[in-house]
Amino acid sequence: MMKQVLHLRVNGQTHELYIEPHKTLLEALREDLDLTGTKHGCELGECGACTVLVDGTPILACLALPIELQGREITTVEGMAHGAELHPLQRSFAELNAAQCGYCTAGMMLSAKALLDHEKNPTREQIRDALAGNLCRCTGYEKILDAVERVASEQSTVESK
Amino acid sequence: MLRLPPFTYHVPRSIDDAVNLYAQYGADAMFVAGGTDLYPNMKRRQFEPKVLIGLNALTELRGITNDNGITLRAGTSLAQISAHPILQSQYAALAIAAQLVSTPQLRAMGTLGGNLCLDTRCNYYDQEFWWRKALGFCMKKDGEICMVAPGSPRCWAVSSTDCAPVVIALDGRVRLVSPRGERVIAATDLYRDDGIEYLGKARDELLTEIILPPADGVKSVYLKLRRRDSFDFPILGVAAALRFAPNGEIETARLVLGGVGSRPLECIESARLMIGQKLSRDVIDAAAEAAWKPARPLDNTDSTHGYRKKMARVYVTRALETLAE
Amino acid sequence: MSTIGNRLAKIDSWDKVIGAAKYADDMRLPRMLHARILRSTMPHARIVSIDTHDAEQLPGVVAVITGRDVPIEYGILPSSQDEEALCVDKVRFVGDPVAAVAALDVETAERALELIHVEYEPLTPVMSIPEALDETRDALHSAAHADHHNIHKMVALEFGDLDAGFAEADYILEENYFYQGNTHLALEEHAALASFSPDGHLTLWSSTQTPHYVHRALAKTLELPASRIRVVAAAIGGGFGGKTDPFSHEIVACKLAMLTGRPVKINLTREEVFYCHRGRHPVLMWVKMGVRNDGEPTALHFRTILDGGAYGSYGVASTYYTGALQTVTYKIPAYKFEGMRLFTNKPPCGPKRGHGTPQPRFALEIHLDKIARHLNLDPAAYRKRFIVDDNTKTVNHLTITTCGLSECIDQVVAASGFGNKARETNHERSQSKIENRKSKIKTGLGLACGSYLSGAGLPIYWNQMPHSGVIVKVDRGGGVAVFCGSTDIGQGSTSLLAYIAAEEFGIDVRDVRVITADTDLTPVDLGSYSSRVTVMTGNACIQAVRPLKQKILDAAAEKLLVPAESLSFKDGEIICEDDDARRLKWVDAVVLAEAKFGTLSGTGSYKPPKRAGPYKGSGVGITPSYSYAACVAQVSVDTETGEVKVEKIWLAHDGGRALNPILVEGQVEGSVYMGVGEALMEEMTYRGGLHKAPSLLDYKSLTMRDMPSVETFLVETNDPEGPFGAKEAGQGPLLPVPPAIANAIYDAIGVRIDETPITPDKILKALEEKDKGRAPRVGPKNFPNAPYPEPIHVEPPEDAPRLEKKKG
Repeated sequence: MMKQVLHLRVNGQTHELYIEPHKTLLEALREDLDLTGTKHGCELGECGACTVLVDGTPILACLALPIELQGREITTVEGMAHGAELHPLQRSFAELNAAQCGYCTAGMMLSAKALLDHEKNPTREQIRDALAGNLCRCTGYEKILDAVERVASEQSTVESK
Repeated sequence: MLRLPPFTYHVPRSIDDAVNLYAQYGADAMFVAGGTDLYPNMKRRQFEPKVLIGLNALTELRGITNDNGITLRAGTSLAQISAHPILQSQYAALAIAAQLVSTPQLRAMGTLGGNLCLDTRCNYYDQEFWWRKALGFCMKKDGEICMVAPGSPRCWAVSSTDCAPVVIALDGRVRLVSPRGERVIAATDLYRDDGIEYLGKARDELLTEIILPPADGVKSVYLKLRRRDSFDFPILGVAAALRFAPNGEIETARLVLGGVGSRPLECIESARLMIGQKLSRDVIDAAAEAAWKPARPLDNTDSTHGYRKKMARVYVTRALETLAE
Repeated sequence: MSTIGNRLAKIDSWDKVIGAAKYADDMRLPRMLHARILRSTMPHARIVSIDTHDAEQLPGVVAVITGRDVPIEYGILPSSQDEEALCVDKVRFVGDPVAAVAALDVETAERALELIHVEYEPLTPVMSIPEALDETRDALHSAAHADHHNIHKMVALEFGDLDAGFAEADYILEENYFYQGNTHLALEEHAALASFSPDGHLTLWSSTQTPHYVHRALAKTLELPASRIRVVAAAIGGGFGGKTDPFSHEIVACKLAMLTGRPVKINLTREEVFYCHRGRHPVLMWVKMGVRNDGEPTALHFRTILDGGAYGSYGVASTYYTGALQTVTYKIPAYKFEGMRLFTNKPPCGPKRGHGTPQPRFALEIHLDKIARHLNLDPAAYRKRFIVDDNTKTVNHLTITTCGLSECIDQVVAASGFGNKARETNHERSQSKIENRKSKIKTGLGLACGSYLSGAGLPIYWNQMPHSGVIVKVDRGGGVAVFCGSTDIGQGSTSLLAYIAAEEFGIDVRDVRVITADTDLTPVDLGSYSSRVTVMTGNACIQAVRPLKQKILDAAAEKLLVPAESLSFKDGEIICEDDDARRLKWVDAVVLAEAKFGTLSGTGSYKPPKRAGPYKGSGVGITPSYSYAACVAQVSVDTETGEVKVEKIWLAHDGGRALNPILVEGQVEGSVYMGVGEALMEEMTYRGGLHKAPSLLDYKSLTMRDMPSVETFLVETNDPEGPFGAKEAGQGPLLPVPPAIANAIYDAIGVRIDETPITPDKILKALEEKDKGRAPRVGPKNFPNAPYPEPIHVEPPEDAPRLEKKKG
């Protein structure tokens, strides 16, 4: 099958790719753009490990095609920080032990980021619902919820000042 | 890492363009919208179309218009369906059903049309190529025998869409577009009782719209049985839509079960029993009894078929109780 | 203390949250080839022929190998060297590796698999315990690898006078239990990258918990000296015991690298991970327990049959584990254990979190609950009366150091209201207008306890060398580097070494670098299994830093003109307890020490205390110390649908001193999560001779929405065996969870589900039995007539629990 030239905007930067149409976003990110922060646990949409944001909405990179995503803003874990300054979720995940083996972490944080970008003060239940498509085998989810809650409350404290 | 088989990908500029492209490539082609059903199937080599006609970019296929009823374009995402205020208030069962599909990510990617056309599922079929080779290929893909019912002349893969039972129960119709023109059919006619040829539309017909009549006081609900509270397909779905007269009597009723056969199963008898009655304990029990009897799930999904059959009665009861409140 | 005991971030978390941690599949090397493995499509068959010609001809294929290329047998246990990297003569389960291809890209490798033609001659598949006991079916292994036909291993041990014990009993209860097999389901699929240099050095980066054991297996199967092989554990995306065997794909990647002269990457699909397995053995159990009227145990007879799958793996140890720890929680004066592991044509079972102990613990804790109910005793108070004492031995010669179980029970009982709420009925819970429906939901509380080892007391292969080694280097720039072979699987073992070094030297954790899991650079640590890492690497680390501390203090003392004994490390300085003015910055003291003593490094090693008893098999179960846990589960059961919702879990864990409480809590919560999953939904099932549905969708694991809230209590006994008093936390908290849930269900609806997983259809079945006036129970009805050997009688040690004869 013929390769095509595609342009993907990832983490604020435009990349030119020369890939076959059947290459998924997951594969393109990891293999062509060397952005290995996005992980894979099944490649069938059954675990959420490959979650990335497209225009701020969480989707699964293993079932997305770069050919359809030209012109959209894709955010991966590598794009969460602002230069050297970590995103509050990255900081809280690290400080509250929400990342044990760390393999689900990129997907979890991006799903959480999307929630917090839209919902100012989500309840723990709402956080559970937003992350319901991300499996974790290590943490039992407790400290992930704690970490997202902490950022939510930091966020709303800043807002109310 | 599982990968997709090779294909060329075409981006049509309009619905007509899409339909003509399909006609051009014929059996080599498949339509794809969100891809959340087709891509896993392709990675498992259940489908290997050489040509994909991608529908995601077609704005013509997205959106909801509220006009003498409600028209939902087939490419509207499940997330948008579940969040739409008019659906939530007047066609509640559809908003509920869409919200219950898989996960937040897949609801953002997946479309209503895609969910309605979801491939039928079976745990002798929905596995990867080498596994199916070890088991022996089945009637639905590359083999001769239906693994769950080896003596049967037909395939028994299960209809696993959450939205279809609801759209039927809400008297929905669907618009189909092909090179031969357009037609609008009752949603129930979109489905056939067969695990392989499960859609009542030709392969070259594109589902473009789902049309629901004015809600007109119809109360609806959808209940889903599954092992976990996320990800899982329905192993039983109950869609119920009733209109009550001011005196409490039931004027119209439709009850449709999903996940218990190759197509959504309409409980005609249950509906008949309810018309003209008030929704009392006895009426609920009778309707549930009539719904439960014809449900014949087989052993090709999660859980046991005996359990799923038993739950048909319980869930129909609960769905009707919810509407009675 | 400045560092130990504080809630600190792990030092490797930062790389993880920015996506910089390198897992095996993230690694690339120039000219890298991609490998795929062809696996058996038959459950049990002889390989008649393998024709690789067409595959070799496919453009882009660089090498194809079969069993002939890597025929040397291996296995994790010296007594179970029964695996081949690629099957030579036989395949023993669907998924058994048969051939491998290295190609320029994955798709070519995948296509090449379809061009390998294998001819099989089918043999009778053995797919269950009864089938494995049936000698008319074909044997999986030769007599060299099995005790008898498809019986892999048999064990029979008797401690104390069992008959006398039962004679003293006022009440004897016998029952059968079954614990279903399940798997680790680590989110990261196994992956490895191998590279072979022109001068004969082999390097393997792999997602493994045990680089040392992989190192040994590679030396054996590839016939390379171990001194020319380097194994590096990449960052690991979850292990739980599923990455502690040397694997076919690791050996195959290495062999292909050696043959092609190019690096070879292999990563497994999720389905292949199910075939690697090495997960929880399905265990059928029979329990007979005698007690006095006040519940005092007088005798315990326990039988287990393990469905082992196709190869040995850790299975011999697993078999012993299903009998070893029954005695470390409550005082048992007489104990008989009979265990048996069988071969079946399924992916091999091995160690999963708890390794062979969750199954018997499930049975024992439910059994005790039944006894308590029968004798009208409160299940919590009852257990407390018979908890083992500190610093005693068990009848099977296990040594208890600290036991905080009593306090654990107190914590969860107080927090949950267990005992007060236990017999409450549920009418208050309704909020619906439709009363009928809500009264169908019943709630209940259940209690159970458990215990686990802080590291296996014996290494996997017999030797007298340390189980863990640590080298510490102190740099004149003030940095400290700690080298240890341990692998961090997310639990924080790497960070722990930094915390200990920082604590001992009184410096900031950020000034400590930890290098781990590289057989070239780091001293051997046996690996992350059996919860050994905190105790063993921690102790080795302390031993390594002590002489360094002395040197630095000596050099500082010389400079400050005070005795070294008056100096200590604090907040980045060396301070004098007698004179505030005499102090040195850490860096300056280090420079002085390096000038005085030369290059500064320290070495520490750890070997567990010799605790083996006087009998064969006593090596399994011994450990430096045991952790203890008590759990109360609150469930609500929908009696119409049978659905069980675990509303809340209270878990108190005695893991000794919590060196970093936030990490210990993480282990508790993760263990609880896994216990709930195993209790309700996780299961490995087979149909038609193969795994029924090897996918993350079909194998049910708890999502965020299914997981109950957890309240964790850390009971900190101060154990003399552990670094700063620590014991384990990674596995123990799982043990009491499944039985607590089963006991809670009984409390809610009066039925017993004596097996896992506890699924809705079983609940309904049990309720149906109850309504019909039959035994309100679902569980195994029979226990097969298994040919256990005559037991070895072992005299219990002096300070083991003894039975006072009260009768006749």
